[in-house]
Amino acid sequence: MNKNSWILYIGILVFGLVAPFIFPAFKVQLSILCVLIVLATTWNIQGGEMGYNTFGNILFYGLGMYLCASVQVGMFFPLAEWTESGGEKTFVHTPSQFFQGMAAGLVVAAVVPTIVAGLIGYAILGLRGHYFAICTLGLGVAAGEISGGIEIIGAGQGFTTPPFPNIGGLEARGEFFYFLSFGALVLTFIAVRAIYTTRFRLILNAIRDNEDKAEAMGIETMKYKITGWMISAFFCGLAGGIMGGLVGYIDSTDVAFDGREMGVFMVLMAILGGKGTLWGPIIGATIFHFFKEGFWTFFLGWQYVALGVLIVVIVIYFPEGLMGWLREKYPERFGEVVDEADRKAQVELK
Amino acid sequence: MDFLVFQYPMITIQACLDGLLLGILFALIAYGMALQWGVMNIINIAQGDLVILGGYIAYFMYLYGIHPAWGVIVSPIIMYFVGIAIYKLVINKVVDRDLFISILATFGISILFMQLMNFAFGADVVLANSGYGTTMLFDNNVVLPNSKIFSAFISIVFAICLVVYMKRSKLGRAIRATAQNARAAKILGVDTEKVYAATFGINAALCGVAGALISITFTIHPYMGLPYTIRSFMIVIVAGLGNLPGVAMSGMGLGIFEEFADYILGTEFRIGSVFLLLVLILVYRRFKLSRKREYLK
Repeated sequence: MNKNSWILYIGILVFGLVAPFIFPAFKVQLSILCVLIVLATTWNIQGGEMGYNTFGNILFYGLGMYLCASVQVGMFFPLAEWTESGGEKTFVHTPSQFFQGMAAGLVVAAVVPTIVAGLIGYAILGLRGHYFAICTLGLGVAAGEISGGIEIIGAGQGFTTPPFPNIGGLEARGEFFYFLSFGALVLTFIAVRAIYTTRFRLILNAIRDNEDKAEAMGIETMKYKITGWMISAFFCGLAGGIMGGLVGYIDSTDVAFDGREMGVFMVLMAILGGKGTLWGPIIGATIFHFFKEGFWTFFLGWQYVALGVLIVVIVIYFPEGLMGWLREKYPERFGEVVDEADRKAQVELK
Repeated sequence: MDFLVFQYPMITIQACLDGLLLGILFALIAYGMALQWGVMNIINIAQGDLVILGGYIAYFMYLYGIHPAWGVIVSPIIMYFVGIAIYKLVINKVVDRDLFISILATFGISILFMQLMNFAFGADVVLANSGYGTTMLFDNNVVLPNSKIFSAFISIVFAICLVVYMKRSKLGRAIRATAQNARAAKILGVDTEKVYAATFGINAALCGVAGALISITFTIHPYMGLPYTIRSFMIVIVAGLGNLPGVAMSGMGLGIFEEFADYILGTEFRIGSVFLLLVLILVYRRFKLSRKREYLK
């Protein structure tokens, strides 16, 4: 790490810490942005580095959301009564109960999906290519449909998460969730960056480029694939737990296991920025969030139409994403040595 | 959980017959999917949305006083051109690319269609009433709506027509040649671009027929597309590409499975069980193949 990148990191950190005070009106938007970046970055471990394009990370996201809220409620009050009565009217969390519950809930929300990923990983990660993609798509939708039929977590009518305790009002609520999601983002970034400097990333890339050869070279690919998926699941669960508290209301197919929306968003953000890079998903998520908010504001009602068009356009015209485009244009910046004659020859070929 | 279904044989017969008739419809949709998958190597996530769109065409005929059964003729004609339009706009740019790209692109089309249908037709669950009445079997213990029998019959007719068309016609031969080896077909003078467009159009037309039948027999709703995609995908992977009797058999099997899941687990888990079955089938095949150190290709 050289001096410039230190300055960049510290700059971003400081900006992140003061952002809610500079833009107080956008606290919720900034928190959502942090969660989106976490999701895109962890999807990238799976889809970009390992080459296993999944629609199923939404499973861990939704699982984390339900688990965090359930633990937060279940630690102090009977869960079944809470969901039945729209509990926030009957039971009230004291501030200390709320924060204790949130802390315990987030731990559970991160750990349990990791275990789930480990358990189902061996079965699912043996599939490859589009079979894996469709299988994980099915898994995500199945989770949504099934959780929509379970009474104790609210079934079809949804699950209201505990409201923020009555201290400091909306401002405090926004700041709390902002710093929570920003903390998750920093944690994710540090972890992912650390992973990307190790041999682990090279192994994942080897799996992406040619799994059979990687296996022939003596790499136990299954072990690394499962580890990669568990790392994704950990952060997805964490992000889900935070998002549940932030939204304040969990519905099985519209908020938690929303394969049509969040499940595609994370893929799209990573592809938009450029998969297989550290910064690609982060930049992609930021651009995407601006776009999305623009759509939601200016094309209200038509946002999904705009979204569908956006998906098609991105996938057809920018499959390599922003970073891929930059890489093609300025390969020297990415540490690649390019022979001038070679480059000219390539241009002529096209 | 409800095991009534095993205690009363009449309910079992009812579920089996319902499932069989439903499964024939699924097999028709799956045939379209197998066609485009085999020929163009595209997995179309928007398949189910094409079905629903075809269903709305029949529903609108019903609203304007025409008998919805005519939708079986009108809907595929309209859907053929919709399919060609989708091919020209999007699919021809992803045909020879990575499969995941085509999955994502068609996912985008699916979201687009879903929302456009939601605007155009509203978010209500609708049904085109055919007024065909019902048939009673076994001392009035088993009730079969005639519309279901009609839809199964029409599906079989269309499937047979298509099989004959693929065997006999010039275009059918060109499609089969392209599926076997696109490059060789091109060298021998087949306009593969045209073949691809026609394949996608035929697939959309099949979806149109199936959709019109579904709007008569069951209900349609703008957001109900994805389960049909998953069902047809599942039928195709169980049967294998280009195995027509297999597609028909596994379609009926899936229909029967769904009816029993509906009775035993309850209607709220019906769609969930379909998706879960897909995961289980894929995992089962993965373990079976991994014994030979192979994987699903």
